Amino acid sequence: MYRYNLHDQVIVAERVAQFRDQTRRFLAGELTEDEFRPLRLQNGLYIQRHAPMLRVAVPYGLLSSTQLRKLAHIARRYDRGYGHFTTRQNIQYNWPKLEEVPDILAELAEVEMHAIQTSGNCIRNITTDHFAGVAADEIVDPRALCEILRQWSTFHPEFAYLPRKFKIAVNGSVEDRAAVLLHDIGLHVVRGASGEVGLRVIVGGGMGRTPIIGHVIREFLPWRHMLTYCEAILRVYNRFGRRDNIYKARIKILVKALGVEEFRYLVEAEWEATRDSPSVIPEGELARVAAHFQPPAYEPFAADDAGYLALRSSNAAFDRWAQRNVHAHRQPGYAAVSLSLKKTGVAPGDATAEQMEFVATLAERYSFGELRVSHEQNLILGHVPTRDLEAVWREAREHGLVTPNIGLLTNIVCCPGGDFCSLANAKSIPIAEAIQARFDDLDYLHDIGSLDLNISGCMNSCGHHHIGHIGILGVDKNGSEWYQVSIGGRQGREAALGQVIGPSFAAAQMPDVVSRLIETYTELRHEDELFVDTVHRLGIAPFKERVYCGDRELAHAA
Amino acid sequence: MLPDRVIRISGEDARVEPELWRYAGLPGEDETALPTGPVVEPLAAWLEKRSELVARPEPVGVWLNPDDDPAQIAADLAHVALVAVHFPKFADGRGYSTAFLLRTRHGYKGELRAIGDVGRDQLFLLKRCGFDSFALAPHRDPEAALASLNDFSLRYQGSVDDARSLFRHRADGDLTA
Repeated sequence: MYRYNLHDQVIVAERVAQFRDQTRRFLAGELTEDEFRPLRLQNGLYIQRHAPMLRVAVPYGLLSSTQLRKLAHIARRYDRGYGHFTTRQNIQYNWPKLEEVPDILAELAEVEMHAIQTSGNCIRNITTDHFAGVAADEIVDPRALCEILRQWSTFHPEFAYLPRKFKIAVNGSVEDRAAVLLHDIGLHVVRGASGEVGLRVIVGGGMGRTPIIGHVIREFLPWRHMLTYCEAILRVYNRFGRRDNIYKARIKILVKALGVEEFRYLVEAEWEATRDSPSVIPEGELARVAAHFQPPAYEPFAADDAGYLALRSSNAAFDRWAQRNVHAHRQPGYAAVSLSLKKTGVAPGDATAEQMEFVATLAERYSFGELRVSHEQNLILGHVPTRDLEAVWREAREHGLVTPNIGLLTNIVCCPGGDFCSLANAKSIPIAEAIQARFDDLDYLHDIGSLDLNISGCMNSCGHHHIGHIGILGVDKNGSEWYQVSIGGRQGREAALGQVIGPSFAAAQMPDVVSRLIETYTELRHEDELFVDTVHRLGIAPFKERVYCGDRELAHAA
Repeated sequence: MLPDRVIRISGEDARVEPELWRYAGLPGEDETALPTGPVVEPLAAWLEKRSELVARPEPVGVWLNPDDDPAQIAADLAHVALVAVHFPKFADGRGYSTAFLLRTRHGYKGELRAIGDVGRDQLFLLKRCGFDSFALAPHRDPEAALASLNDFSLRYQGSVDDARSLFRHRADGDLTA
């Protein structure tokens, strides 16, 4: 993984000093709350319902064991002993003290981490495929491009006060595991006619209150121009994006208002004027950064370990875990492993300090000391020899990390919701827990098959409910909490937004609503058809009918 | 509304100096007649009274709102002694792109000043985008703010102050690490 050089270290250290002084001036009354707000936000610090919330950047979701151990230490020393992994591959702490945040940032800097631009109206953490460098369908490992983007976007002087937040994702594989169609800018690696590497540039996608699938504005951008082209997009957005209404300030609204053609014209014209600037990426720089992402020193195995395969046929629980939580690896005899942070009864994405320390050690022993945070809020060991999978399973089981539900209904993606977040309209964690409790029969769960269930506590949609096969959105009606249900959303190359099935429900009804959706599916599905495919084949009508008409009591006439 | 002192950068040096300019037409400033002495006119007035203003014996400046297109003043930049960019709210970042365009696309070499809701925590970024003078909001201490011009000693990306990014410097052999 990328290691800081002296320059990276200096920049992060200077940021700590700068924020320490800003915090001092705020506490001394020299900065007003309004003046301090954007400064603290650009260091990931929100003032939340109970306390400040600090969001620490995990650039493109990659962590070392050393870094994860530091995150555990911070959870224990400055917080209440746990952290929450987010859908943007970051980690949040819910209980830090404002005056201690500069010390936390200094501790993070010791392990080459920071909280820079994890919030605020600026370019946020760059995200990518959590199987980068592992997946068999990879065209180019996207992480070097991500790191180059991270550096370019860090304190970009022109784009620190954008109309609204700005999210960039890079995908390096054939399949899209980075949701590039749902970002302000999505970059999808492609190969040109003679094999040269380029980027398909997608702009204006996003979730939030106006969910939109992004538009391709350039089919092929030579990779050397990644920064010059992003700069042109950002300049057009910075100048012309709306600033009068924060709900209409994202770039997707600008693209929609201008029309894709006009927007593309403005970007291309801007790019023509700047494309040959010194920001064109030299070969040597890509090579320098890419050298940090070379494959680890794999052992030469011919195939998957025989003992592993034997255990799968003799131990049903292990086999179930292997089916869902063990992922194919391009290196023979290796696998990637998802450690589920979705155990029933625990807030999705939460990990205790003990769990983090355990996972750090596990990664050191079995996966070259490297980890990934997935946007589905799980931790992933990137390179485990299949020989060691049994040991990983047995050890991780002791720490509640082997729930065999990756890709299944109970692998719920969920924001912190009204229990913690001051933006939320409704709680989301108790809904997730009630649904997980309803579907605790593993045989039934596996029979239902792959199903993404996403919950957001408000229309900012941090839980990505728009792309859940089942999406649940918390809404406020006259001061009480209700839940709107959509079905048919999906991520990936065929990304689609879910359709709302009808009036919203009370919290207590939600397990029944999900049960009825699932029953409809299991009755109507074709063999091997996923829930989402059944929805796309039949439309929402049969599901809607079952949920609302089967029982009048369930329908809330709102 | 406006301070009586400004920060000005000259070469490597930054200092606090008395404000010598007056600004016509700023929100909250009551101006009807053309003030005497060095005056900074809003872009609209400049476009309207261009020949009259060019003929004035005193120096003339022009100030831009966030939504003004700097291309509109591009042809006249040789005639103005100061371009000011107004920040009604510091969180409105359009002025950073305005400055970038003035300095690069339109080749403006004269004094470029940030005025309005400008604080010390914006100075480093403003300077990078080509501003070389700053009229901080009056309640803010310009002397204390000088330190923030140098919050960072290194920059990852190119901008007006240095078009070469850190990787470009590295490729060109000016950096060791």
